[in-house]
Amino acid sequence: MKKEEIPQDKSALEKYTRDMLYVKNADGKYTTALSTGWEVKKVALDNAWEDINERVKETALAVKNGEKSPVAYYMELKLMDLTLLSAYTGFWKFNIKRHMKPSVFAKLSDEKLSRYAKAFDITLQELKNFKG
Amino acid sequence: MKKEFKHIQAAHCENGVATSLLRYHGLDFATEPLVFGMGSGIFYIHIPFLMINGGPAVSYRTMPGFIFSRAAKLLGLSVTRKKFSNEQRAKEFLDNKIKLGEPVGCQVGVFNLPYFPPEYRFHFNAHNLITFAKEGNEYLVSDPVMEDVTRLTEENMMKVRFAKGPFAPNGHVYYPENIKAVSDETIRRAIVKGIKRASRDMLYIPGPIAGVSGINYTAKHIRKWRDKLGAKKAALYLGQIVRMQEEIGTGGGGFRFIYAAFLEEASKYLSDDRLLKVSDEFTKAGDLWRTSAVQMGRIYKGRLDDQKYYEECADMLNQISAIEKGAFRELKNMTLKY
Repeated sequence: MKKEEIPQDKSALEKYTRDMLYVKNADGKYTTALSTGWEVKKVALDNAWEDINERVKETALAVKNGEKSPVAYYMELKLMDLTLLSAYTGFWKFNIKRHMKPSVFAKLSDEKLSRYAKAFDITLQELKNFKG
Repeated sequence: MKKEFKHIQAAHCENGVATSLLRYHGLDFATEPLVFGMGSGIFYIHIPFLMINGGPAVSYRTMPGFIFSRAAKLLGLSVTRKKFSNEQRAKEFLDNKIKLGEPVGCQVGVFNLPYFPPEYRFHFNAHNLITFAKEGNEYLVSDPVMEDVTRLTEENMMKVRFAKGPFAPNGHVYYPENIKAVSDETIRRAIVKGIKRASRDMLYIPGPIAGVSGINYTAKHIRKWRDKLGAKKAALYLGQIVRMQEEIGTGGGGFRFIYAAFLEEASKYLSDDRLLKVSDEFTKAGDLWRTSAVQMGRIYKGRLDDQKYYEECADMLNQISAIEKGAFRELKNMTLKY
């Protein structure tokens, strides 16, 4: 890629940083230059977030309808999966799946709920009171 | 006398940390492309069955940690690495090291990095940064993808050093030791060894998922995605391949451009113009990676739903594989004197 071809598109990097790229200068030698972003990458990232937000919304609705517990909601919200949540809480995946049932969730001790709250970086009250 | 630490921005975090640490210790010849090349950083792997953020797991470079260790070893230095099960001990170790005035490389997760753009904060645990001083309860941080020095509170630092999940850092810190002056001959030898290892890995690593054949493996899958997964999911998968071309930094084939820059430097060190020609091949490969990303972008942007477009992407990857194969063959067969 040549230096003058570097995309300078608006992206999520704005106000945070710029990408550094290795590009060819006018003499055909390599040099580095900064880019504010690249549309192609930005759209890929936007789509990924759209997908995440959709899942979060669906799970919130499931909580509201009494089909799932707040554990399921916060797992999606914090971009986690069962493996990751298991690593953070120390619960087995099998148990986490059970805790996602509202009836099981309602009977969980504060000690267990606190482990979830800590993993999600929220307060115990937020976890308990999430209604979708 | 206390040496001053200088922040350097880089295209890729691990290269950047390694380069900054080597330069801090007086090895001024160190540049990002040189470290990347000596460490045989260029690679390709598509890990089957593994999902990252719900998409395919592809990587355009070698395993985290390898680049620095290999480069250091070839230069006759060593990299000391420590991991911790106890968070308090991890903190004390780091604080003591900084108090002695020595910058330390840290492996961290980016999910809780407050200075990262929020859209980039996924559970990705193989990010690298340097911390080199502490003011009050804040660490001064040189993160190679940032333009300037940033800060992390003690609490933030703990969170990112003890992020969980795949590649969990477990407080991993590292720094070079046994530092001595490096002769030009050692540098030249490291360059040649780095080239030979990269060519060997890319050409002859067994199995279909890695090296130049790994790129064809991805191509083969792309041809099947639309029918197998449906248009929506297939588009997300393509997006993942584009995003994986790096989180922040590099972007579309960026590693190929770094490697091309490395070969340009190498040709100067070894006074060998043949390397410049191969450098051009990697520039071509990098450009084609970017073109393929644009093509994939057309699909996931406009949600183009026609098998034809997927075939075009796959064809481009096959072409990239052929170019890289040819280039590494040339490197492999070249007699390089050091």
